[in-house]
Amino acid sequence: MTQNRMDTRPDESDVTQPRLGTVGMLRWAWRQLTSMRTALFLLLLLAIGAVPGSIWPQRNIDAGRVADYLARHRSTGPWLDRLGFFDVYSSPWFAAIYLLLFVSLVGCVVPRSKIHWRAMRAQPPPAPQHLERLPEHGQVEVDGTPEEALAVAREVLRGRGLASRLRPGGRYRLRSEGLSLSAESGYLRESGNLLFHTALIVVIIAIAVGHLFGWRGDRILVTGKSFANTISAYDTFDPGPWVDTEGLSPFTVAVDRLDVTFEERSTGAQRGAPRDFTAYTRTQASPDAPRVSQILKVNGPLKFGGTSVFLLGNGYAPVITVRDGAGRVLMHEATPFLPQDANYKSVGAIKVTSASPKQLGLFGFFLPSEYIDEASGPSSFFPGLKNPALALGVYEGELYPQGRPQSVYTLSTEKMAQLKNSKGDPLRLLLRPGQSTQLPGGRGSVTFDGVQRWAGLSIRYDPGKALALGGAVAALAGLIASLMIRRRRVFIRVRPLQGRTVVSIGGLAKGEDPGLGSILEDLLTTIAQLSDTKPSRTESSRTESSRTESSRTESSRNGSSETESSRN
Amino acid sequence: MTNETLALYANLAVYSAMAVFTVAMIAFASDLAGAAPASLASASGAQKAAALVGAGPSATGPAPLVPGEDPAPRRRKAAGIAMVLTGLGGLLLIAAAAMRGLSVHRAPLGNMFEFALVGSMFVVLVFIAISLRRDVRWLGLFVVGPVLLTLGLAITVFYTDASELLPSLKSVWLVIHVTVATFSVALFTIAFSVVILHLVKTWLEVQDPLSMSRLKTVVNAALPPSRSLDRTAYGIHAVAFPLWTFTLIAGAIWAEQAWGHYWNWDPKEVWTFVIWVIYAAYLHARATTGWSARSANYLAIVGFGAILVNYMVVNVFFVGQHSYSGM
Repeated sequence: MTQNRMDTRPDESDVTQPRLGTVGMLRWAWRQLTSMRTALFLLLLLAIGAVPGSIWPQRNIDAGRVADYLARHRSTGPWLDRLGFFDVYSSPWFAAIYLLLFVSLVGCVVPRSKIHWRAMRAQPPPAPQHLERLPEHGQVEVDGTPEEALAVAREVLRGRGLASRLRPGGRYRLRSEGLSLSAESGYLRESGNLLFHTALIVVIIAIAVGHLFGWRGDRILVTGKSFANTISAYDTFDPGPWVDTEGLSPFTVAVDRLDVTFEERSTGAQRGAPRDFTAYTRTQASPDAPRVSQILKVNGPLKFGGTSVFLLGNGYAPVITVRDGAGRVLMHEATPFLPQDANYKSVGAIKVTSASPKQLGLFGFFLPSEYIDEASGPSSFFPGLKNPALALGVYEGELYPQGRPQSVYTLSTEKMAQLKNSKGDPLRLLLRPGQSTQLPGGRGSVTFDGVQRWAGLSIRYDPGKALALGGAVAALAGLIASLMIRRRRVFIRVRPLQGRTVVSIGGLAKGEDPGLGSILEDLLTTIAQLSDTKPSRTESSRTESSRTESSRTESSRNGSSETESSRN
Repeated sequence: MTNETLALYANLAVYSAMAVFTVAMIAFASDLAGAAPASLASASGAQKAAALVGAGPSATGPAPLVPGEDPAPRRRKAAGIAMVLTGLGGLLLIAAAAMRGLSVHRAPLGNMFEFALVGSMFVVLVFIAISLRRDVRWLGLFVVGPVLLTLGLAITVFYTDASELLPSLKSVWLVIHVTVATFSVALFTIAFSVVILHLVKTWLEVQDPLSMSRLKTVVNAALPPSRSLDRTAYGIHAVAFPLWTFTLIAGAIWAEQAWGHYWNWDPKEVWTFVIWVIYAAYLHARATTGWSARSANYLAIVGFGAILVNYMVVNVFFVGQHSYSGM
C-alpha cells in the first residue's frame, strides 16, 4: 500500500508524514466539500444537470409525451430512461448534486456566521504605520494640535455633531490608539451575504415540506355537477409521503357555468387562440358553512384555507342517451371528451355496462366545428361550437376484461368486436345535437342530446409555499445588501508639523470598491473644513490612484486577499 | 379590440429607429477609428466613415505611437452625434412600444416581437442612463450593434401580429415579472458586450504595442484599461443578478396563481434557473481568490449564451407552459 494512503493504523516507517486518521480524513473531506471551488463546481453541475429536463419530456409533467418518445426511439429511449432522463428532477444523480450543494451551503454558512459574529463584536485592527502604502490614501494640513484634529476626525467618522449630515461612506466602528484612528464600516455586507445563503437553506427546507406534506388532486367536473374534497372524488390524487389523507379540508365546489371565449376576429395564427375562461361556481368551505357564489378564473384560484382550486383546463362533454331495443334508457349522461388539438378535436369513450346480452362501447371523436379532412377524416376547424358533431364507432363485447382498470377516455377493444353496417364496413355514426340513430340488429338507439362543458380543476395543498416565499424574499434582500454594501476600513494618523497638523488617511476595501477613493477624499475634506482651516495641501487619493494604476492594483489585491482568506 | 393602424405606426417607429441606429453605429465606429494615433490610422477605411457623418480626422501632426497616452484630448464630434442619435432612437423605441401596447390595450409583453422591442428599448435607455454619469462612448458601437441586430430579427423573424393575450397571461404579474425579466436581460446584454471587450483588451494588453496591426492599435486605443472594463462588467452584473432573482421569484408567485404550483420544472423555468445558477457561479468566482477575472468572465459569457437559448430556443422549440411565442 502506498505511503500516502490515509488510514487509522499507525505507520512506523514514515514518521514525517502526518497521520490524518478517520477524523482527519473526515475533516479533509468536509473541507473539500465546503470549499468555494467545490461549491462553484456543484453550482455549474446543477445548471448542467437541470438542462436535460427541459429537452426531453418529463414523466411528472407529461407522461403521455414520454410514452410517445419511448415508442418513437426504441434504441436510445430505454437507455435515456435508465439514466433518468425522463425523471431528471427526481433522479438520484440530480438529487446527489443538490444534496451535496445543500451540505456545502450549510458548511459555508455555519463557520462564516461564527466568524462574522466575532468580527461584528471585535474592534477594527490598529492603523498601519505607513498609510501611503495602502491602495487609497491622501493627506491634508490643518490648524490646531494633533489631538484636536484627531477629535474632529473621530466626530466625522462617528457621524455625530456637525458631520452627522455628511457621514461620508456610512457608519463606522472606531478604534483609537495613540495618534491614530481605525474605522470599519459595511458589516451589513457580510450579514446580507449570510442572510442570502441561510434563506436559500430555508427555501430548500420549504420545498421539502411541500413535498412531504403537500398533495395535488385533479378532477374533471362537468358543468352542473359538484364534488367534495375527498380522495375518492379525484380522477388522480398525488399525495406527499406524510399526508393525512383522511384530514382533507371538507369543502365542496359546484360549477354552474363555464364561459369560454376564443379569438374569432383574427384570421392568422392567432385565430382560435383562447382568450378567456371563467367558471361560475358555488362553494361551501365545510358541510355546515353557507353556500357562496364565486368566480374561478385562470389567474384567480378559489382558496379554502391552505388549499387552492385552480382552473387549468376545459373541454366538451356531449350528453348522450343510449336506449335498448325496447326503448328503455340504459344510460343518460354527459361524458367528458379530452381535447387533442388547438381546435378541440376531442377523444372519448362511452361505456354502456348495462347493455345486454353484450356490453356496448362507443369510441370516437367530438368535434366542436366539424368538417371532413381529406387525410385525417373528421376534424375541427375552430375550438368554439360552430358545427358540433360526434363521430363514433360502436363496439360490443366485454368492456372490462378481467376487471382491469383502464382509462375512461379509451376503450379496451381486445374482448370487443366492432359493429358493421349493412355493407359489411365498420359502422360509423355521425350525430349532431338532437339527432338519434338506430343501432343495427335491434340493439337499440343512440341519441346526442346536447353539449356541456367541463372544467379541469387542479386542487393543491402546499404547506411550504409561504415559507418558500418568505425565504426567497429574504434571500433577495440579503443578496442586494451583499452586492451593494461595501466593507471598508479607513485609517487616520495625525502628526504635528511646524505648529500645524498633518492628517493622513488611508483606506482598504474588501473586493472591488471604485468609490473608496472619493469617500476618502470626502472624509479628508470634511475633516479639513471642520478643523476650521482651508486645506493647504490636499493630495487627492483619486488622482494618485489613477496615475499609478498598476501599483494600486497590486496593493488592493494584497488588501483583499487579507480580508478574504477565510473563504470566498 | 386591436387597433391595426396603431400597430402599423408602431412598426414604422421600429423601422425609423433602425435607420437612426444604423447612422449612430457608423458614427460610433468612426469615433473609435479616430482613437488611434493619426499617423497610423490615416489611410484606414474607418476615417472615410468619419467623413460620411461630417467628422474629419481629429488629430493633426505627429502623435505618439504609444496608444492611450495622447496628450491632448481629441475632439469627438462623431461620438457626440452618435450619442444624440442613440437618444433619438431610444425615443422612437419608446414610441413604438407605447403604440404597440395601446393598439392591443395591454402591456406590450406578450410575444417574441414585443419582448425584443421592449428589451432593445431597455438596452438603449440603460446605456443612455449610464452615459449621463460616465463616459461610455467607447461602448456605444457594442450597444447599438446588438440592438440593431435584435430589432432586425424582431421585425422579420419574430414578428407577431398585434393580438390579445392567452387567459393565463392576463395578470398584473405579466407586467411585473416580464418587465423586470426584460430589463435584467437588457443589463446582461450590456454587461456581455463589456465582458467581450474585456477579453479583447486583455488579449491586446499583453502584446507589444509597436508591432501591432493597425486594427489592433485602433481597438487597443479605443478601449479603457482592462481593469476598468472588468469593474464595469461586474458592476452591471451586480445590478442585473438581483433583478434576475426577482424575476425568478415573481415568476414563481405567478406560476402559483396560474398553474397551481410555484415551481413546475417547465422548460422556461428550468432555463431561468440555469441562468441564475450560472451568474451566481460568476459572482462566486469573482469573490474567490484563485479565479482570475478572465475565467470568471467566461462564466458570464456562458450565462449570456443561456439567456439567448432561453429566449430563442426555449420559446420556439421546447414544449411547455411558456409556449406563447406566437410563432
